[in-house]
Amino acid sequence: MIGELLRPFDFEFFRNGLLVATMAGALCGAIGVYVVLKGMSYIGHGLSHAIFGGFAASSLIGVNFLLGAGVWGVASALMINGVTRRRVIGSDAAIGVITTASFALGLALFALFGTAGRSFDAALFGSILGVGTDDVIAILVVCVLAGALIFARYRALLFTTFDPEVADVAGVNTARMDALLMVVLAGSILATMQVLGVTLIAAALVIPASTARMLTNSFARMLQLATVIGAVCGFVGMNLSYHLDVQSGPTIVLTAATLFGAVFAVTGATGRRRAAGITAPGPLAARAG
Amino acid sequence: MSRPERDELLRLAGVTCGYASEAVLVDVDLAIRSHEFVGIVGPSGAGKTTALRVIAGSMRPAHGTVTRRPGLRMAYVPQVETINWSFPVTVRECVLMSRVGGRRLPWASRAERAQVTDVLGRLDIGELADRHIRELSGGQQQRVFIARALLGEPELLLMDEPTSGVDVRLRHEVLHLLDDLNAAGLAIVLTTHDLNGIAAHLPRVVCLNRRVIGDGRPHDVLTSDVLERTYGASMQVLEHGGMPVVVDSYRRAHAPHSVESAA
Repeated sequence: MIGELLRPFDFEFFRNGLLVATMAGALCGAIGVYVVLKGMSYIGHGLSHAIFGGFAASSLIGVNFLLGAGVWGVASALMINGVTRRRVIGSDAAIGVITTASFALGLALFALFGTAGRSFDAALFGSILGVGTDDVIAILVVCVLAGALIFARYRALLFTTFDPEVADVAGVNTARMDALLMVVLAGSILATMQVLGVTLIAAALVIPASTARMLTNSFARMLQLATVIGAVCGFVGMNLSYHLDVQSGPTIVLTAATLFGAVFAVTGATGRRRAAGITAPGPLAARAG
Repeated sequence: MSRPERDELLRLAGVTCGYASEAVLVDVDLAIRSHEFVGIVGPSGAGKTTALRVIAGSMRPAHGTVTRRPGLRMAYVPQVETINWSFPVTVRECVLMSRVGGRRLPWASRAERAQVTDVLGRLDIGELADRHIRELSGGQQQRVFIARALLGEPELLLMDEPTSGVDVRLRHEVLHLLDDLNAAGLAIVLTTHDLNGIAAHLPRVVCLNRRVIGDGRPHDVLTSDVLERTYGASMQVLEHGGMPVVVDSYRRAHAPHSVESAA
């Protein structure tokens, strides 16, 4: 029994995949806290789809995947951030146009020219088969950068997330904080795309944070819990993926969803009340007068 | 450009600004001096919040100048209606947010923890430090945000509608607290809709409706003429216990005789 459970560790691709899935889970868990509390879940979902366009384009023209999709992703993230902050047109509509157009472009490019190197299915639903040392290094770099940002700018990020208007008065450059968060989000999606797939990344961002919210009323503790929950779900989900012979993205997300359901049931009314509040409107609405 | 006088904290000179192409404030002149307690009143959409934003520096005027005393420390307390009470933040975490400019480490230093304990104790909410902000009464919630502002050791406190939607007891509680802070040397500028409950009790009232209509002591400013020009509605001002009491004409016309006779 134990031998059977440990058998996949004999394979290098699995060890790499497990490492990437665990780090991806922790990364998405931590970034997901800001995404959920700022009401950016739709942006996270849309951005993952937008990056698919960059993935397809880089695959087509033979540019390094991380470079091509990375530039595309960061550009999309900053564009979405700009639209959201300026409120020139409805942000939901603008995000929908930018991200779905980019996703559709990716689909069209794959349909017209086929794939070169990376798998179309893996990009959509995640796979551990293609995970190599470069993926491990990529996600390690993103994890270190995201961790450094959260550590060094913890107070400014918390203030900006909770109360951007007052944070602005207190001297926090909230525009820069939002842009940094979007760049880190794009980097996280990019680095985790191989294992989770673009269609499932949003769940990896939202579920650990929502689960953690049901367990605590403290921001610091929510951040720690979401990171650990994300990492555990990545680790367990990846093992299940191997043993059940199901793609890694769905198993990781289903593991997280199962944990969410268990916590939802155990914490009862208290947990439900806390979770119900995470989508409450923040103090972003500008009021004239 | 006008220069602030010696005891002036800031001065708005000919300030015009707004959102998109619509001007919300037009040619506003306003000076705030040390230790002042000023109430800005006006109808909805008069530009009260915008005026606070301009004073705070979160909004730049399209025309005119804002001159602040160099190194002026300001703190802003938003309307409680704009707070996301479901946000996972304890009282201690919330108050510590104002310490964003110095120490970069996520956790509070021993000195910061002591300062938070001190400011919460001064506002009589010391035992609530580890509670979630939603688990507090209305008065306690207001005190948390005042505590957050005070931790930044401001010289000027800006408050947007501090008594909006609160009952009489809480209004008195907030007013007494602000009075004590002002007596201790803190300059305060607040916006309010409450002419009788708040504005009439302040030493200085500014009537605003896109422009400054009146500025001075309540007795001088809360007059039928100024209020009618501010609110665009007929208002009567009576006197009760040496203080002005504003009664709108509709209510006065339909009020029982005993109200007028009592006043």
